[in-house]
Order: sequence, then C-alpha cells, then structure tokens
Amino acid sequence: MASITFREVEGSSLKYWLLLGGLGLFVLFGALSWNYMHHHGHVVSGMDNQIVWGLPHVFAVFLIVAASGALNVASIASVFNKPLYKPLAPLSAILALALMLGGLLVLVLDLGRSDRLIVAMTNFNFKSMFTWNVFLYSGFFALVGVYLWTMLDRNVKTYSKTAGTAAFIWRLLLTTGTGSLFGFLVARELYGSAMLAPMFIIMSFAYGLAIYLMVLVAAYAWSGRTLGDAVMMRLKSLLAVFVAAVLYFVVVHHLTNLYFTKYHAVEAFILRDGGIFTTLFWVGQIVIGGVVPLVILLSGLGRQRAWILVACALVILGGVAQMYVTIIGAQAYPLDMFPGLDETSSFFDGEIHAYAPSVPEFFLGLGGVAIALLVTTFAVKVLRLLPASLDDATVAKLEH
Amino acid sequence: MSELKPMSDNTPESAERRRVIGGLAAAAAGLAIAPGIKLIEVAQARPEEQGASSAVRWGMLVDATKCATGCDDCVSACSTENGWTPVAESAKPRQAPQWIRKLELQDPLTQMETNLPMMCQHCAEPPCVDVCPTGASFKRADGIVLVNRHTCIGCRYCMMACPYKARSLVHEPLNDTQKADVPRGVGCVESCSLCVQKVDRGDGTTACAEACSAAGHNAIVFGDLNDPDSEISKRLRELPTKQVRADLKLNTGVRYHGI
Repeated sequence: MASITFREVEGSSLKYWLLLGGLGLFVLFGALSWNYMHHHGHVVSGMDNQIVWGLPHVFAVFLIVAASGALNVASIASVFNKPLYKPLAPLSAILALALMLGGLLVLVLDLGRSDRLIVAMTNFNFKSMFTWNVFLYSGFFALVGVYLWTMLDRNVKTYSKTAGTAAFIWRLLLTTGTGSLFGFLVARELYGSAMLAPMFIIMSFAYGLAIYLMVLVAAYAWSGRTLGDAVMMRLKSLLAVFVAAVLYFVVVHHLTNLYFTKYHAVEAFILRDGGIFTTLFWVGQIVIGGVVPLVILLSGLGRQRAWILVACALVILGGVAQMYVTIIGAQAYPLDMFPGLDETSSFFDGEIHAYAPSVPEFFLGLGGVAIALLVTTFAVKVLRLLPASLDDATVAKLEH
Repeated sequence: MSELKPMSDNTPESAERRRVIGGLAAAAAGLAIAPGIKLIEVAQARPEEQGASSAVRWGMLVDATKCATGCDDCVSACSTENGWTPVAESAKPRQAPQWIRKLELQDPLTQMETNLPMMCQHCAEPPCVDVCPTGASFKRADGIVLVNRHTCIGCRYCMMACPYKARSLVHEPLNDTQKADVPRGVGCVESCSLCVQKVDRGDGTTACAEACSAAGHNAIVFGDLNDPDSEISKRLRELPTKQVRADLKLNTGVRYHGI
C-alpha cells in the first residue's frame, strides 16, 4: 500500500482565526443561554409540562446520532479493511468525538438541575435506558479515543483493527441505546416500537456521513489541499445508499403503525393534520432530507462537488426535521388515557400541545454544534489528522 | 446595683409578681405536658426510624359516579396541603405544576359525560421509576411513588414515560409558599405523593379524600389495599373498578369505579 503523508493544517491564516472566532462566538452564546436558563429555570424556555423535551433535545439527539455515524468512514477502513478509507479515518474519529461532546453538552446543560451532573455520574438505576446511555457515551469516548491513538501513534498501530472493531461494535450499541431511549417509552404512541433502534442506526449512518463529507470538503478547500473526485464519488454513493435506507425505515415504521387501528389517530396527526409537524415531516424529513438528496446524488448532478454538498446540507436539515417530528411531535399529540373518549382538564389534557422554542433554547442547541466544529477545527491544527493530499493519483495507488 | 429595691413580700408589686410567676409556672406545666400529648399522637404514626412496610399498600378508590361536575375541592385541598400554586392562578399555566386535576370525559357517540380526579396512579410497576437514571424516582415499600428531590437531575425522562401525565417539572424558582414537610425545588420533577407527610403522621387519609368527604361527595376513599378489613378493601370487593391504561399492566394503586 502506498504511504500517505498526514499533516496538520497550518492554522495561522486570518481565515482560520476568523473561523475559530466565529465558532467561539456561538459557543459563548450557548454558554450564556445555558446560564440564563439555569438562573431563571426552564420558565424562560418554550418547554412546559406538556412538551418537556424541546429544541435542545432535538439538537442533542441529532448530534449524538450523527457522532456515531461520523465514525462510519473509520469503521469501513479498519473493520472492513478498505484501503481507500484508511487516510480518511482519523478525521472520522475526531469528528465522532467532537459531535458526541457537542451533543452531550447540550443534553446535560438542558437538565432542570444541570448543576447535579455529578449525581447522574454516581447514582445509577440499571433498569433505565438513560443510565445505560451514560455508560455507552462514556465508553464511546474511551474506545474512539484509543482507536484514534492507534491511528496516530506508530508504536500502537498494530492494535488499530482491534480498537476499530471495538469502537464499531460500541457505536452500534450506542445508537441502539439512543433509539431505545424512545423505544422504551410505552406511554407515547409514536414510540414504543423496536423499530426505533435500527432506524436510529441507519439515520446515524446518513447524518454522520453527510456532516463528515461537508467537513472534509471544507477542510481541504480552506487549507488549499487537493481532494480528488475518487474519494468524493465513493462517499456520495455511500450516502445515497444510507439516505435511501432511512427513507425505507421511515416508510416501514409508519406503515406498521397504520396497520394497527389504535395508532390511526396519531398517524393522521403526523401525516395529515399536525400542522407544523406534518409540514416538517413531508417537506423537511421526506422531501428535503430524503427525496431531493437522493435525486441529486443519483442523477448527473451528483458528479458535481457543489451539488454533493447541497445534498449533504439537505440531509442534515432533513435530519434535524426528523428529530423535531420524532421528539416534539410525539409529545404534542396528547396522551390517550381513555380511548374513545374526549378528554379535557385544567392541565391541558386531550388537546394538541403547541411549542415555540425560545431564543436561549436555539442558541444552546447551536452552541453544541459550534463546540463540535470548534473541537474539530482545533484538532486538525494540533494533530496530524488530514492527509496532505487526497488527489486521485494518490488514492488510486492505495487500492493497488 | 445598690439602687435596686430589696426583695420584699410586702411591696405592692409582690402580688403582681406572684401572679406573673404563677402564670409562668402554669405555662411551664403546660409546656411540660404538651410533649406528652404530642407523644400520644406520634405513637399512632410510623416511628421515624422505621421504614415504610411492604405489609401495607396504600391506594385509592375513586368513585366517578359520585364525583361532582364542576367541583374541584380535591384539587384545591391538594394545592393547599402541598403548597403548589393552582394552575389558574399561575402567570404561565402551561409551565405550572399540577399534582391532581379534574378530568372531564365525554363519549363523542353517546354524549355521556364523566368526571374524575386524575393524579399519580402509584403503580406497582411504575414506568417513571424504571426510566429514572439516578433512582430519584422511587417506590416506597408501602406502594407510594415519590421523587427524591436531592437526586432528581430534572431530565424529565419520567415525565416522558408516565402514561397518566401525572408529573410536572418546577419551571421557576419557588416563592415562600413551600410547606415545611413538603420539600419542592426548581428544576425538579414532582407529583402526587399520596400526602405522604399525612400518611407518615398517621392521619390515615389524604387532603383530597378529606376535602371530598367534607364536601359530602365521598368520591375518594384512601386506605390500605392489603388490609381486607379496611374500608377501601371492602368497597373494592363490592364495586366493579378499573385501572386507567390497564393494558399496560402497571397494577395501579388508584382504582376507578364508574368509568
């Protein structure tokens, strides 16, 4: 196999510092938002006792799911031994760590008592999927960290495949755990399905790869390095497969629900009568996040880099829409305690709940995204994560 | 010091002094006896050092056929007893906590109306306890489901898991309406505690059940489900009752008649 030279990005240009500063600003906004919400309580958020998980959860779960998916490329390289993906693996691992960090920060800073994080780290209830996720997330940091080390340090390079395999298995468990956070909730009609675990896995593949592709292209373009079409074409085909698989799972999930009469009302809410949720489902999740990217990636447009990036951005937007519909839509639909009867109460029973995210919630979520990108931007400057060149000739040599 | 008058029983003030001393003595005697009276009361309750017993399972029977339309005495009594502000009085009602509420039901086909109080159902297999990551949400041996306000991190997973929408998050810092024996806190989840403070005092009832009886409706009966001789057990044997969301097989401590 041809050898590849990895090199840090120089990171001394004005553009680099502007990028770092810009991201830092969003991290600051996120921190201020948390401080504001923590000081006043959740009363300043759009969340209430009907919609208890709001926009920060949408961002957090999206980032956590995407983090698992960002490790795709590294997994393909190590576990499935594909030489083309090997030079792409270190960025994949660092991006996975960074996205996980961003997601977890948003999650814990949105707790009603985020000052009690230590309680969550020292008191465990092993019947809770949330507790399992604490271990799954911590383990992800440890395993991907070790995996990254095996990729960067020649002395431990021989353990790379083992570490990569361990990280691969762990990330599948992790996304199963994240999907099961919802799948284990019997009360909400839109959840309570084992379908959510595999669906979250395939969603992670698509979202993670879309983010990876955008970061890869940006890193190469902004540091003046060559990124050949061979890599791009391979990854965009993979993305198309993942996006198609997400669509397949979404269709099967809803068809399964539609088979059962008891779910007809909640399905009608999401698919037809749910206002913003219906719009986000059809326009955001299905058209923007699925159909349009597929058309771009599978048609002639998919041969142009700009269009591939458009498709990636749409997959990411569609992913956020999907999380919004999944997390908030399921809460907006009222609990059905007395099937067949109309319910009313002073606690807003039996009515569709409205939710309008507040500015702090939005900036807290964006803060998570910013911290993920900030960590990645910093890491490529201090660590040798990116090959000096990924032109077609270099890449072609890898496979021979 | 030399300016002070010498002590003498013959001064006119001495009669007054004797009265004061007598009064003080009576008060002291009263104070000495009062703890004795208190002790008798406490003796009927569960001693503080003794944990809740699984020999008891506290529960409720709600007779929806007796629950009066428009009456929310149970809700007011719970609010007063536990110190939460009624939703109607809150500036942000959707973010206000509510421990018990009156639920109005109507069959769209037959137009039949039912109303009933809805609160934490104190499940034997509570989903909120299953999902709580820190174990803050817990079930006592006597079947009362509570939240430990010291270990609740406010993740709201229990609220997502509860099929009865029985739990609320405290969205804003609390004012000074808190009751000494009902600790609450911003950022923590709370719900009906079956008036655990009253139960542990040995009152043998809850604020809602008391208020319902006082109003003459008697739609709420509180008691020990494990005791075959308790009033609740006797009535449960006679009346057909249902569990809300019985399909989930949670074995609720609150049973309804007439739904």
